[in-house]
Amino acid sequence: MSVDILMPALSPTMEEGTLSKWLKKEGDTVSSGDVIAEIETDKATMEVEAVDEGTLAKILVPEGTEGVKVNAVIAVLAEDGEDASSVEAKNASSSSTESKEAAEHNTSKESDDESEAAAEPQAAILSDPTIPEGTSFTETTVRDALRDAMAEEMRRDESVFVMGEEVAEYQGAYKVTRELLQEFGAKRVVDTPITEHGFAGLGVGAAFAGLKPIVEFMTFNFAMQAIDQIINSAAKTLYMSGGQMGCPIVFRGPNGAASRVGAQHSQDYSAWYGQVPGLKVVAPYDAADAKGLLKAAIRDPNPVVFLEHELLYGNSFPVPDIDDHILPLGKAKVKRVGNDVTLVAHSRMVGFALQAAETLAEQGIDAEVIDLRTIRPLDTDTIIESVKKTNRIVCCEEGWRFFGIGAEIAATVTAEAFDYLDAPPARVHQKDVPLPYAANLEAMSLPNADDIVEAARGVCYVD
Amino acid sequence: MATKSRSTKKAPSKGNKAEMLKYYRDMLLIRRFEEKAGQLYGMGKIAGFCHLYIGQEAVVTGMQACLKEGDQIITGYRDHGHMLACDMDPKGVMAELTGRIGGYSRGKGGSMHMFSKEKNFYGGHGIVGAQVPIGTGLGFANKYRGTDNVAVAYFGDGAANQGQVYEAFNMASLWDLPVVYVIENNMYAMGTSVARHASETELYKRGISFEIEGEEVDGMDVMAVRAAGEKAVKYVRSGKGPYILEMKTYRYRGHSMSDPAKYRKREEVDDIRSHHDPIEGLKTQLLEQGHASEDELKDIDKEIKGIVKEAADFSLESPEPDPSELWTDVLKDVEVA
Repeated sequence: MSVDILMPALSPTMEEGTLSKWLKKEGDTVSSGDVIAEIETDKATMEVEAVDEGTLAKILVPEGTEGVKVNAVIAVLAEDGEDASSVEAKNASSSSTESKEAAEHNTSKESDDESEAAAEPQAAILSDPTIPEGTSFTETTVRDALRDAMAEEMRRDESVFVMGEEVAEYQGAYKVTRELLQEFGAKRVVDTPITEHGFAGLGVGAAFAGLKPIVEFMTFNFAMQAIDQIINSAAKTLYMSGGQMGCPIVFRGPNGAASRVGAQHSQDYSAWYGQVPGLKVVAPYDAADAKGLLKAAIRDPNPVVFLEHELLYGNSFPVPDIDDHILPLGKAKVKRVGNDVTLVAHSRMVGFALQAAETLAEQGIDAEVIDLRTIRPLDTDTIIESVKKTNRIVCCEEGWRFFGIGAEIAATVTAEAFDYLDAPPARVHQKDVPLPYAANLEAMSLPNADDIVEAARGVCYVD
Repeated sequence: MATKSRSTKKAPSKGNKAEMLKYYRDMLLIRRFEEKAGQLYGMGKIAGFCHLYIGQEAVVTGMQACLKEGDQIITGYRDHGHMLACDMDPKGVMAELTGRIGGYSRGKGGSMHMFSKEKNFYGGHGIVGAQVPIGTGLGFANKYRGTDNVAVAYFGDGAANQGQVYEAFNMASLWDLPVVYVIENNMYAMGTSVARHASETELYKRGISFEIEGEEVDGMDVMAVRAAGEKAVKYVRSGKGPYILEMKTYRYRGHSMSDPAKYRKREEVDDIRSHHDPIEGLKTQLLEQGHASEDELKDIDKEIKGIVKEAADFSLESPEPDPSELWTDVLKDVEVA
């Protein structure tokens, strides 16, 4: 029996990669544990080890091939006694069917990136007023945009440094700090022990002393260990000192649900930090905003919690080719103009809201999509203005419903634009349970574009 | 680095006349200031939490004598003495205690939350142990900037059990950060004695597994504190990394104003007060060594009483913050680039 060798997934969120190198050639004998190939994702280069023994009968994907889907058959192994020259890749079709099924079950995961990419050009992307007409754009991943923001600010200001777990030699757990060590050295790109409470506090002290630390949390889930330093020390000290002190620090890292990592690694903290006076809270969606807002956060004299999304890191968006692309904190962005219903979202939910808007358009409902970009201070003016036009609002967030961002927006809209509302504000959010591991349950728990469509139809009284 | 932690209770108690008189004066200022704060609390002029430093004066006074311009200080909530030792204005400290606009934090911080960038005093922190990583960050900034300044992070025997303290120790030692950790062991974490809260009661040994040298010091003897402090500060300033000083000290008053101190005997307090009081101890030395006469010391007492009265008067005359202060200092304005 021949054995198919499949393209492995190197991380929970990997969908495809580059097969950069074969270390065995056809006809070579392979033992379990041998390194047979090297594959590359936008995050990392990894070795592929053989799981079975036999002879490498056929290489189906030549080295240097990009965009090889996870679970695609990349080679066939002939087992002992089998004629290596006669084996076929018989399981190729079944494995791809499997992954298709998985994608269907899990529409909020695997399929969304593609459909988002497709939906994006159709949406009316409104440029920030600060970007001059005629500016060229470069397709950049969110990951690289964040990296570029840090690098630019570190070049500009000696007092800016980045610290966190694996930010230096490992090049970042999610490769957001890639090559910063090489450019800025170990003094300014500091690997810390796995002690969030301690290094967050250390960062606060450095900021009190006038440095501008960027503290990376490997994920915001781990910042729970440090939340006392973020809130009690960083956020409150300016007030408690009567304006004497200052804490120019950025706490950044991925926030929200990744993919199949379970409840302790999948929480949206937007509402948690959004509640605290003394903090600014930013949660960008696309790469241009990620870059412009992170640069602003680093320059801001206040503590800024900068919530990124792991599932957006690898997504590419046009970033303006201008020297110092910096955006003001506290300004939402109208991503799509519409007249019938306002969809407000932040971070990854913006992609779903844009998708939902396309679906709604096909159904004759013209949705306006607002990307909040900053959670605190919240740009309520932009929201209210939109609601006065559309008279209906759906608040979308990845976090839980209770005491959430949507609750705050719904209350604000009700208080400030009550007479304009034609329906009670609706909310789309994660189900009120810890995030489950099982693929189907996880997909059920997380909000997606369909949920937004349904909620929008609800406030439009369609059906 | 060789790691040794030792007890050196017998430290030289020599000093010149001018220094000794200064320490006497500084300790007395803290004592009288705190007594006045206690009175004002009793009169309802100071509210909330108010933790007095009476009995521990030698620790900050002796340590401050070892520091130079630009060295930073940070401590926990029992912070009035540290601020006075840093030469912060007693009027501003007292007016903060009374919650008035003339206070260091414009009345918005209170007893546990005062700061002075000018005097390099970084607070005043109300969360037990939080000042230790922050103080380590002050040291990190010194090293980052290439100065030879040191940060002194004070914390109590209670805070010495906090996890974040050890996270900070680890990084400070790993990166040779210029931080002197001063553990003010006043024998009680609130009402829980060291023997009841600490598995290793010799707290100067708490740095051993981080390769941080530690030393036990008689924190009731200002000259012993200064001697140990000078050694520690010199070591840290030379770039060798952090150092731990465990100051064996004692607070005469309760943990806070509402503490009936049922967990210790009156005799214990009386014994330390009559045999180990840091101010009385120095006074005896000054007199025995012929550095001062009773009359000269009385003049100092009088001067201090005047300063404290002035501070108390100011703290009661200074108005409450204007209602508009409610909304200020939440965020700094962003300068338009």
